[in-house]
Amino acid sequence: MEDAARLLQLVVNGAAAGCIYGLIALGFVLIYKATEMVNFAQGDIMMLGGFFAFSLIAHFGLNYWVGALLAIAATAAFGFALDAVVLRRVIGQPQFAVVMLTLGLGFMFRAAAGITWGYDSVGFTTPFTNRTVHLGTMVLGEDSVSIIVGTVLLCAALYVFFSRTRLGIAMQAASQNQLAAYYMGIPVRTIFSLIWAISAGVAAVAAILLSPVSMIDVNMGFLGIKAFAAAVLGGFGSIPGALVGGIVIGIVEQLAGYFLPAGFQEVTSNVVLLATLILRPQGLFADTLRKKV
Amino acid sequence: MRYLFKTRYQQDLALMRHGGDRMSYGLLLVVLLLIPAVLGEFYVGELGAVFIFAITGVALMLLIGYTGLVSLGHAAFLGIGAYTNAVLLEKGVPFVITLPASGATAALAGIAIGIPTLRMSGLYLAIATLAFGSIVGTVFQKWTAVTGGFDGFAVPTPTIFGFPIEGATGVYYLSLAVLLFVLWISVNLLRSPIGRAMVAIRDSEVSAQSMGINLSLYKTIAFAVSAGMTGLSGALFAHYVRFLAPDSFDILLSIQFVTIVFVGGLGSLHGAIFGALFVRLLPQAIAIVRDYLPSAIGRMPGLEPSIFGLILVLCILFEPAGIYGRWQKVKLYFNSFPMYRRTSFRRQRAYARSERLR
Repeated sequence: MEDAARLLQLVVNGAAAGCIYGLIALGFVLIYKATEMVNFAQGDIMMLGGFFAFSLIAHFGLNYWVGALLAIAATAAFGFALDAVVLRRVIGQPQFAVVMLTLGLGFMFRAAAGITWGYDSVGFTTPFTNRTVHLGTMVLGEDSVSIIVGTVLLCAALYVFFSRTRLGIAMQAASQNQLAAYYMGIPVRTIFSLIWAISAGVAAVAAILLSPVSMIDVNMGFLGIKAFAAAVLGGFGSIPGALVGGIVIGIVEQLAGYFLPAGFQEVTSNVVLLATLILRPQGLFADTLRKKV
Repeated sequence: MRYLFKTRYQQDLALMRHGGDRMSYGLLLVVLLLIPAVLGEFYVGELGAVFIFAITGVALMLLIGYTGLVSLGHAAFLGIGAYTNAVLLEKGVPFVITLPASGATAALAGIAIGIPTLRMSGLYLAIATLAFGSIVGTVFQKWTAVTGGFDGFAVPTPTIFGFPIEGATGVYYLSLAVLLFVLWISVNLLRSPIGRAMVAIRDSEVSAQSMGINLSLYKTIAFAVSAGMTGLSGALFAHYVRFLAPDSFDILLSIQFVTIVFVGGLGSLHGAIFGALFVRLLPQAIAIVRDYLPSAIGRMPGLEPSIFGLILVLCILFEPAGIYGRWQKVKLYFNSFPMYRRTSFRRQRAYARSERLR
């Protein structure tokens, strides 16, 4: 009984960490589906979102909710500008040019954050810090629960946005066929920039949800590498896949940390990634298609 | 302008295009051979490091510039080569065997990682090599029985047929020899059917496949060759640093390698050399400039990676052909002096090419 409760707790903690990976992966997937670019700077954009929230909440003393909303809006605006100013210029260049471009941008963001906020870890108090929920015999941190609930709410909101609103449907159209969408009067470029904005905003949400659990620091962006594992596991290009992949990675990582010797936990996500590529390269949720000539 | 008339088949087969090339490359080689006699220990060591980076640059150029695949984990192959060389030397194996062995080990590792990932689009290779690099880095740290972990690993001095290779000068000549070998292999590889297949894959996978090219086979060959060459350069790197630390083969080093290729100029072996010079000498330049900057900027810990990032971004946005492309433009300007037109190298309007399956 002791063991079962312990296991369940690990699973919940893992799922909470996995939701964060899933949210970052969701950012990759949104951009990839729309523009066929892979944003290697997604983790660093999340880091920036975390620092924005830190500035607004801890520095300017805003209310947690107001500060969080403002930080999300600021990060989204940043994502919009990033696409409009930089990424739009490399359309038509080979895919790996975009990979390198975003990697370079990631390094620059990291340095910029280091100059602005310093290289020490920072944090701010949230309504969820150091509080627990009792669920039967289980004791759960309210922070983990808030991550899971926040992720579910965000996904529901995104689902409604993409399936019910005019703008969301325009985005779906633009990512399915750019030319046709353009002919229908959809401003494709602006739509792409808006998708970058949404994905940056999702990254900021991930950073804010994560902040009760772990400190914000400049190297937070390396979580992005774990999120790649989530995206690949879910089949790059599938939105539910990214979330499920993230949760699976999070849980496997927690269990590996508990059952396997030290050192395995750090590489779990990478091992899962390589194993996915070897065993089921199309991922859990993707449909297999061949390129037609 | 020089107009080249080919009158014999030998001219097509020759490595150098004409007498001018033979002259300039010969002069360059003589100068490089004489440098250790003239310059101080420090500069010889730095140039040796440039050669080691250039070997990796050539290896990555074959992969990125000619096959169109990006690897973000070449530091791992460098590390595999370095540790293979050092561990075998420690066991008393002669250097003439350990050097090829480190190349072979890295190539095998490349095949192992290439076979599962190269079936997918090039994007997956970038992600998979990123993961591979981080796994290998962790293995170097944790497998203390072989690598010594964070205590490091002192690399024994190699001997070739009884002659010890010592100090900066020894590493310099050794690296120069290996670099020439690697360049010779690459030039010949690129004009063989394998090289043509690689270029075809880069330009269009679909049309390459319809011409009967076995995509995954040729991609795996390219990746294995590239990893093997990086392994060779890793063996030399071990002698350059003389003391292996597991955390020196991290993602940042991989990014530096890719920067070599992008800054030097995609799709030219010259570019790999120029890029290696640039990337290897840039930290020195930063170190010199640092003293003149205000201390808030000069003492900033993350200065170097951010400058690498900035250069990468500027290069991709404004000069995708890199240093070698710029050099060709300058050359054409002088070759056709009063008649140069600004539009000669204007980039064509490009459209998004879909890799999507439907």
